[in-house]
Amino acid sequence: MTDTAPTPQTGVAQDVSGGPRVPVSSLASNLREYGLVLALIAIMVFFQLTTGTLFKPVNLSNLVQQNSFIIVMALGMLLVIVSGHIDLSVGSVAGFIGALAAMMMVIWPLGGFLGNPLVVSIVCLLIGGAIGAAQGYWIAYHRIPSFIVTLAGMLVFRGMCQGLLGGGSSVGPLPDSFKALSSGFLPELLGTWTLIPPTVNAAGKTIFGSGVTLNMTTVVLGVIAVLAYAISGVGARRTREKHGYEAEPFALFLVKTVVISALALFFVYQFAVYRGFPIVLVVMGILVAIFVFITRHTTIGRRVYAMGGNIKAAQLSGIKTERLTLYVFVNMGVLSALGGLIIAARLGQAVPAAGLGSELDVIAAVFIGGASAMGGVGQVISTVVGGFIMGVMNNGMSIMGVNVDWQQVVKGLVLLGAVIFDVYNKNKG
Amino acid sequence: MPSYILEMQDITKTFPGVKALSNVNLKVEEGEIHAICGENGAGKSTLMKVLSGVYPSGDYEGKIIYRGEECHFKGIHDSEEKGIVIIHQELALVPMLSIAENIFLGNEHAHWGVINWHANEARTRQLLAKVGLSEDPQTLITNIGTGKQQLVEIAKALSKDVELLILDEPTASLSEKDSQALLDLLLEFKRQGITSIIISHKLNEINRVADHVTVIRDGRTIETLDRSQISEDRIITSMVGRSLEDRYPPRDPKIGEPIFEVKNWSVYHPQHPERQVIKNIDMTVRKGEVVGIAGLMGAGRTEFAMSLFGRSYGRKITGEVFLHGKAIDVSTVGKAVDRGLAYVTEDRKVFGLNLIDTIKNNITIANLPGVSNVGVIDELKELDVANDYRRKTNIRSPSVFQKTGNLSGGNQQKVVLSKWLFSSPEVLILDEPTRGIDVGAKYEIYTIIARLAAEGRAIIVISSEMPELLGISDRIYVMNEGRMVGEMAASDASQEKIMRAIVRGEGKAAS
Repeated sequence: MTDTAPTPQTGVAQDVSGGPRVPVSSLASNLREYGLVLALIAIMVFFQLTTGTLFKPVNLSNLVQQNSFIIVMALGMLLVIVSGHIDLSVGSVAGFIGALAAMMMVIWPLGGFLGNPLVVSIVCLLIGGAIGAAQGYWIAYHRIPSFIVTLAGMLVFRGMCQGLLGGGSSVGPLPDSFKALSSGFLPELLGTWTLIPPTVNAAGKTIFGSGVTLNMTTVVLGVIAVLAYAISGVGARRTREKHGYEAEPFALFLVKTVVISALALFFVYQFAVYRGFPIVLVVMGILVAIFVFITRHTTIGRRVYAMGGNIKAAQLSGIKTERLTLYVFVNMGVLSALGGLIIAARLGQAVPAAGLGSELDVIAAVFIGGASAMGGVGQVISTVVGGFIMGVMNNGMSIMGVNVDWQQVVKGLVLLGAVIFDVYNKNKG
Repeated sequence: MPSYILEMQDITKTFPGVKALSNVNLKVEEGEIHAICGENGAGKSTLMKVLSGVYPSGDYEGKIIYRGEECHFKGIHDSEEKGIVIIHQELALVPMLSIAENIFLGNEHAHWGVINWHANEARTRQLLAKVGLSEDPQTLITNIGTGKQQLVEIAKALSKDVELLILDEPTASLSEKDSQALLDLLLEFKRQGITSIIISHKLNEINRVADHVTVIRDGRTIETLDRSQISEDRIITSMVGRSLEDRYPPRDPKIGEPIFEVKNWSVYHPQHPERQVIKNIDMTVRKGEVVGIAGLMGAGRTEFAMSLFGRSYGRKITGEVFLHGKAIDVSTVGKAVDRGLAYVTEDRKVFGLNLIDTIKNNITIANLPGVSNVGVIDELKELDVANDYRRKTNIRSPSVFQKTGNLSGGNQQKVVLSKWLFSSPEVLILDEPTRGIDVGAKYEIYTIIARLAAEGRAIIVISSEMPELLGISDRIYVMNEGRMVGEMAASDASQEKIMRAIVRGEGKAAS
């Protein structure tokens, strides 16, 4: 039976709006994302104008190195929040893992292979996963509220972090090869290329604007990434059209692609003239790409959103919600551990207060990014932008010399403002 | 010239992209029961939200004239002050508070913020007596049934000195008996001079109590009928824009060999492990057959279906399930789905849909492997599938990217059906598939059921509406207190026969 029944609703207007169908989806759902990116750009421009140093290559590298651990952990937190939970333990877990890594590399006589920074890192990530599994087990299979389980975890792992380090002392220095995770730059394989040779003035100083040398590995990688982005966008558009689905208006697509590519190339240039891409930026970039893929294109990602949107409906659709919840927390544990390694590598030592309070920055990044506290809603890219908004404010206000206390106040207000903006928009339409 | 308590003139309300109401007119006489009919999505609830101030003055065009003066309600509070009280389809009671606390919530007899419980309870008792409830005012809402909760809502309205009572589908989830009691109550109110507006899909009820019926279609007033003009046929004609010769699509059943068998199925209550909810049920469904399960509320039909579907209800489940003569494992939802079972739930909002997600994502969620390769979703294939089912089941929406929370009940039900059709089940269990759905959409759902049967699937329909079961089934099981107490071919079944089986079964259960 091809045509469905003698439809009784003869004459019922199907689209009250009438007219040609607009691709409501792409525009409306992305409007917020664009708004968020614009907000980030506005904040960056503001600090550039007031401090004059924000966009300096060296500061951009600092910015990335100081904030990447927040964003790495926020990727895990996004899935936790989308699935309708929360994880308060990530800062403590990060601190504990950092301490553990330092003990393994510096204090305990583990010997050559086991004391190798790479091996230590892998072991630490596995332990992070186990911690996530231990917490997730109670949340998923025994329905203990995640708020409580992870609040307990927050206390337990902070205590274990401090205990491991023997009270108030710090453990270090960590090996240079380990520190490279946070403070290193991509090794220069293609050599450098002098764009503008340095001109020395009479006083023996290099004139501003001259002496620009590009790290070619960074330039090449950056350009490849931007091209891949643009080409995949065009490709996706073409397949959609071929299958008879309308894509967003071409002008919008073009503007979006050009603007984003130009911005990306600007940052690539800024990194290239300094020391190239920081290693931690590359790690973060790869993770972001993986999580964008998981959330948008895989069944497991789709199921996490379905579970967060309506867990009962998800269960009755055959989704194994317990196991999925466990996976989400294992993932969070691994990323908390990675965050802990990044913090330790940046400080060059493990300290008892490492990661203290960072769970709040991580959660804030996710909510500024527009995730819903009720679960089921949230985007990776928005979360990353949310993380950078927090990071740029930290960085910019520090340069301006704003007192740390007042920085907290401003960040709190920004978080509140972002969520109010969201709720207001949702209620309006 | 009758005196009108309420006139709504040329009400127009627009949502982004959709004109929900256009120039709707409604005149309600003092002291009458005025019914509003229309299909889901016709704009009835929107109209009532305009009236009660949920959509504040300024959000819509047109005039509301109440007792001769034009009103500009800014919120529910304003309308309640004038004695207009609306009782929504989804009850607004706090489950863990008592009846008395709920009735006076926000309106307590209190002095300087200290509640006078004696006054509250005494007044509650009076109000409960008025609506014919004999519960203790301290009983928690969660411990009384839906029918009684509805009466508590009405008592709450009475506590606000209501002059115009609006009921949005008050009997949608009530049993026959509770519905009758509620309608009697409305008639009693009418004698006391309270005007009521009732939104309902149940035409026999409207027929019984309404003095006038206003029919709304596509956000427009079609006509207002007076007592002498009211008949079910007339209302249906007006609602759907043409006469419905037959409420059930014609079928030519081709029934084959038994596909699905349940043997000796028993289930115990999840919280009270000593209570047996399902008692040794045997059941057979044949290829191409539509089997109905009749019974009163609480007979255990939903519990039976959910326990079959991956043990989603109950504990200590015993018994066997056979598909094509082979015993199958249905111990988890995933396994049940893999073996070819599907269950369309009774409560689509709570158990059926992710309301904050799109039509597309809801349709594919039970069968994601069907649109993906090794865990990666093929976006275009998914879009094709979603659009295909949107067309097949006639879901009315601008696109498959619409959020299901914004759809009308009938369209939501079609999304849930699509989801399960896409999992290509051999055995489809439909639990109250047309609850809270208008006549037109019901017909479409019946058509889909008929088509699925014609494709050779085995279909089980659970319904509390006996005419519906008689109209679409080939065979009917009657269930009562966890047992199958009767089985009859639809051709020689009747409402009386079903009721007799239930009553006999009750006698059996008691002995």
